[in-house]
Amino acid sequence: MALSKHDKIEKNVSLMIVLTIVAISFGTLVELAPLVFGDQVKEPVEGLKPLPALALEGRDIYIREGCNTCHSQMIRPLRAETERYGHYSVAGEFVYNHPFLWGSKRTGPDLARVGGRYSDDWHRAHLYNPRDVVPESIMPSYPWLFDNTLDGDITGRKMAALRSVGVPYTDEDIAGAAEAVAGKSEVDAVVAYLQQLGTLLQMRR
Amino acid sequence: MTSFWSAWIIILTSITLIAMTWLLLGNRKTGAKKEDTPTGHAYDGIEEYDNPLPAWWFFMFLITIIWGVGYLVVYPGMGNFPGVIGWTSTGQHAERVAAAEERHRAMYDRYLALPIEEIASDPVVRRMGMRMFGNNCSQCHGADARGGYGFPNLTDDDWLYGGDAATIEASITNGRQAAMPAWENVIGDRGVEEVAAYVLSLNNHEPDAGMVAAGEAHFKTYCVACHGPEGKGNPALGAPNLTDGIWLYGGTPSEIAHSVRAGRSGVMPAFNHQLGPEKIHILAAYVYGLREAN
Repeated sequence: MALSKHDKIEKNVSLMIVLTIVAISFGTLVELAPLVFGDQVKEPVEGLKPLPALALEGRDIYIREGCNTCHSQMIRPLRAETERYGHYSVAGEFVYNHPFLWGSKRTGPDLARVGGRYSDDWHRAHLYNPRDVVPESIMPSYPWLFDNTLDGDITGRKMAALRSVGVPYTDEDIAGAAEAVAGKSEVDAVVAYLQQLGTLLQMRR
Repeated sequence: MTSFWSAWIIILTSITLIAMTWLLLGNRKTGAKKEDTPTGHAYDGIEEYDNPLPAWWFFMFLITIIWGVGYLVVYPGMGNFPGVIGWTSTGQHAERVAAAEERHRAMYDRYLALPIEEIASDPVVRRMGMRMFGNNCSQCHGADARGGYGFPNLTDDDWLYGGDAATIEASITNGRQAAMPAWENVIGDRGVEEVAAYVLSLNNHEPDAGMVAAGEAHFKTYCVACHGPEGKGNPALGAPNLTDGIWLYGGTPSEIAHSVRAGRSGVMPAFNHQLGPEKIHILAAYVYGLREAN
């Protein structure tokens, strides 16, 4: 008894592999390719600059400590969110992000616009022991940030690596990176990173 | 989006939809064949039937394709085609913000026109203010507004910059930046200890008299400009009263010495970029009313 039209495909593994790849590529080709190769999400918002050396080190500590597992950096265009966090996030704010730190879950609040919301002193107290300032907080303490000192040895190389993927660091930025970072504590770096987050777009609410 | 990428999306999406429809209809068995006809596949005695797709499955597939086409007509999806209703997520956000604005505007305007002293005890203002305080202020000043180490208590009568309604509103709107310099390099470690002794003597402590006298000399030279000749502070500069037993950074000898040695630069962030004047007005009224509620 002959099978119908797909008999040929089912009995030919190579053909099936090729056709499977074709079938599952459509989603990628339609949804991803225009974003990767087109220009509409690569235009930086006005005033966007690459992270300064200290803030860049802060970003890497942010990644190391896994802050992005509990804090998102992505405000959606919903009134409930913009009322609490400020202007919704736009693509142009993230063109120098490698990797993106949008996160996918909010155990703590969104941090996309935390820059300038609190004083440096508050951030330091909060990172040392969150419950000193917010008694009901469940965020872990990060006391070692106060003990660890940065030497800035590879900060310049990090910048050069980011430049190779399109972040416009200048030669001066890279040359001055070690000096800008050396001797600073890790908490200084994290606070510098947090205080610049999302400050380019503002919205009264 | 360039027209190339727009066309790319439209063409590929159309091809997908057509191919799916063809796949579904082209392979459909009409049921003309008898039920339970085996395909001829038999493995270890297990046979496979060549039955048509269940009708519910077939029609579900068909409905999703029709739904997909309808969606792409109504909503943006086909490249640069905006959809017949012109929906955007940012447009929807703007609409909802505008609707909320329209709903609340009259109420905000009514409160904005009234003086803070008058609305501070209004129960509606207190309820709204408590919510706003929880969202914007409690992280530093505490949910009960009693502050903490380095963050002022807002429920007492001691104010760094003044506790009248207009000053509270200005503090929230524009923020505050304290600027107590570090004195260690000016008066030395010994000098710091002496000044701390003098400040303690203003608070019913009795440190070593020699230290106090030396500290007083330093105080009259360096500290008097902001804290005043009697150490009672100056709200215009945010310089605290050093004689009232209320300490933002602790009142033990070592804490006072540390403040003198390293300086203090507490910051209250400005809220005028985040909150409109009508919300700051309500927030100021809430804070103004805290001491009464206390």
